[in-house]
Amino acid sequence: MKTVYQRSKGLMDAPTHYCPGCTHGVIHKLVAETLEELGIIGTTVGVAPVGCSVFSYNYFACDMQEAAHGRAPAVATGIKRVHPDLAVFTYQGDGDLAAIGTAEIVHAAMRGEKITTIFVNNAIYGMTGGQMAPTTLVGQKATTAPFGRDKERQGSPLRMCEMLATIDGCVYAERVAAVDVPGILKAKRAIKKAFQLQLEGAGFTFVEVLSTCPTNWGLTPRDAIAWLKENMVPYFPLGVYKQ
Amino acid sequence: MKELWKGNEAVAEAAMRAGCRYFFGYPITPQNEIPEYLAKHMPARGGVFVQAESEIAAINMIYGASGAGARVMTSSSSPGISLKQEGITYLACAELPAVIVNMMRGGPGLGNIAPSQADYYQATRGGGNGDYRTIVLAPASIQEAADFTQEAFDLADVYRMPVIVLADGTIGQMMEAIEWRTPPRRELPAKEWATNGHRGERPHNIINSLFLDVADCEEQNCRLQERYELIAERETRYEEYMAEDAEVLFVAYGTSARLARAAVLKLRAQGVKAGLFRPITLWPFPEVALHARAAMPSMKAVIAAEMSTGQMIDDVKLAVNGIRPVYLVGRSGGAMPMPMELVELALEVLA
Ligand SMILES: Cc1ncc(C[n+]2csc(CCOP(=O)(O)OP(=O)(O)O)c2C)c(N)n1
Ligand code: SF4
Repeated sequence: MKTVYQRSKGLMDAPTHYCPGCTHGVIHKLVAETLEELGIIGTTVGVAPVGCSVFSYNYFACDMQEAAHGRAPAVATGIKRVHPDLAVFTYQGDGDLAAIGTAEIVHAAMRGEKITTIFVNNAIYGMTGGQMAPTTLVGQKATTAPFGRDKERQGSPLRMCEMLATIDGCVYAERVAAVDVPGILKAKRAIKKAFQLQLEGAGFTFVEVLSTCPTNWGLTPRDAIAWLKENMVPYFPLGVYKQ
Repeated sequence: MKELWKGNEAVAEAAMRAGCRYFFGYPITPQNEIPEYLAKHMPARGGVFVQAESEIAAINMIYGASGAGARVMTSSSSPGISLKQEGITYLACAELPAVIVNMMRGGPGLGNIAPSQADYYQATRGGGNGDYRTIVLAPASIQEAADFTQEAFDLADVYRMPVIVLADGTIGQMMEAIEWRTPPRRELPAKEWATNGHRGERPHNIINSLFLDVADCEEQNCRLQERYELIAERETRYEEYMAEDAEVLFVAYGTSARLARAAVLKLRAQGVKAGLFRPITLWPFPEVALHARAAMPSMKAVIAAEMSTGQMIDDVKLAVNGIRPVYLVGRSGGAMPMPMELVELALEVLA
């Protein structure tokens, strides 16, 4: 029998704990395929965040470190400075990266750390049960914004790609959405490019992936995808912000 | 040959002599000469100096670099050490070696930049969340600052845990003649756990402090606890001065111990049998030895002297365990327990 599809060697043979329809799994796959295709599974160290993807240290087949909430870019800095020859990446949610870890991501970019950050923006705190994130849309309901995010009191969502693109040390920043086939293919190209640039020693590379959280959005997986396209994409436009 | 060294610079130089090639830190007085010295000298010795955006970032860089298998150090002073507590508890749980230097200054809050010993609780009780300890070495001279910093790296590697060198602004800023010597090196276990790229030759390594399952988390705590007991057995250190026939015993560490030593000499000159017990490891605290000394029939009183309103005195009381009265000379905010205060209290309690 001919094999037409198989699990990437970049992933461990482990069942994930993600909710049905959650796109964290798709994004894992894209990172894993990238590691495999570039032949760097054995020469990469990944840094897992605190958030739904905390257990990604059990899923990626490369060496992994689990960081404190928001500190993945600092942890990655430590690893990369010790082993400049290895590829180092962080995988972070929006609470992790754009709230508690804002200083760490901005300064890793400022120093031009030769690491790759995969930023999974699902506009909500998934792991802790649906609280407001810095990327929660105005009007979007969250358990700590029960009447919807109010611009007057809670401000407008942070656009991290745009923000990091202004920093000289950041050589590549792209926003993608891994929710349909063309989007997934684009996301894959972006992730691969980011790793390639890292391996060339170009500087800090950043890929923001818009992702769904059907569980905390209170939507079916299919409706979640539609909601993302209708609501998130207009506020978080897809595209390359720095190259 | 003896050379004149400033405390902070001696600590920085000692780290490099111990093979540390990665330093991550953030400026704060009175320890700035440590990062400054390393910024200047690390590159020439093939090392890396990174000025982080905060103490939080610095300690997490330490976590990453240590997890990647390197000898690492960070240094700070009290308010900065407070920010590092998150990283220290993660290091402790993930069993990562690291050396952390605290040149203590006056607190609480922003306090001041004068020398202090008010971070004793924080250093010896873990400081961050959860059940953990760090080995705490307290130098009382620049020579010891240089020696202990070197030893701290081996201790950290042998026991896979953070080790704190706890001194104060006086030790950091003072100059003394020291001799560069290599402390006896220990046999170091290979860092088979390090995340340095498995190259397909071993299973993937994971550096982690998450144990979601209750049984797993308790097991990890028990593992750590067993190690702490072993350390208490093997690594407890202290020094005594004229304590053998003492009827009043000062207990003091670091800078306070130097002042207490002066008080011992003043009292002895008046014919009063005073002695000094100086804990060198603050954790593990030398409680067995202190108890034995306090239990001597000649002993009448114990006086804790420290640059805080009374923190180490708790450990002194636990060790003495009620068999002798324990008194305190505690000065804070940058003030020091002066020899005359110690002499007066000793004469008063002996009267
Ligand atoms: C210091 C600290 N504060 C708070 C938490 C609780 N916490 C865990 S995950 C999380 C938010 C995660 O949300 P996000 O980064 O958006 O990732 P997601 O779960 O949505 O993938 C929070 C606040 C923590 N673990 N540590
Ligand atoms: S809570 Fe949301 S982000 Fe977390 S696994 Fe479930 S769907 Fe995914």
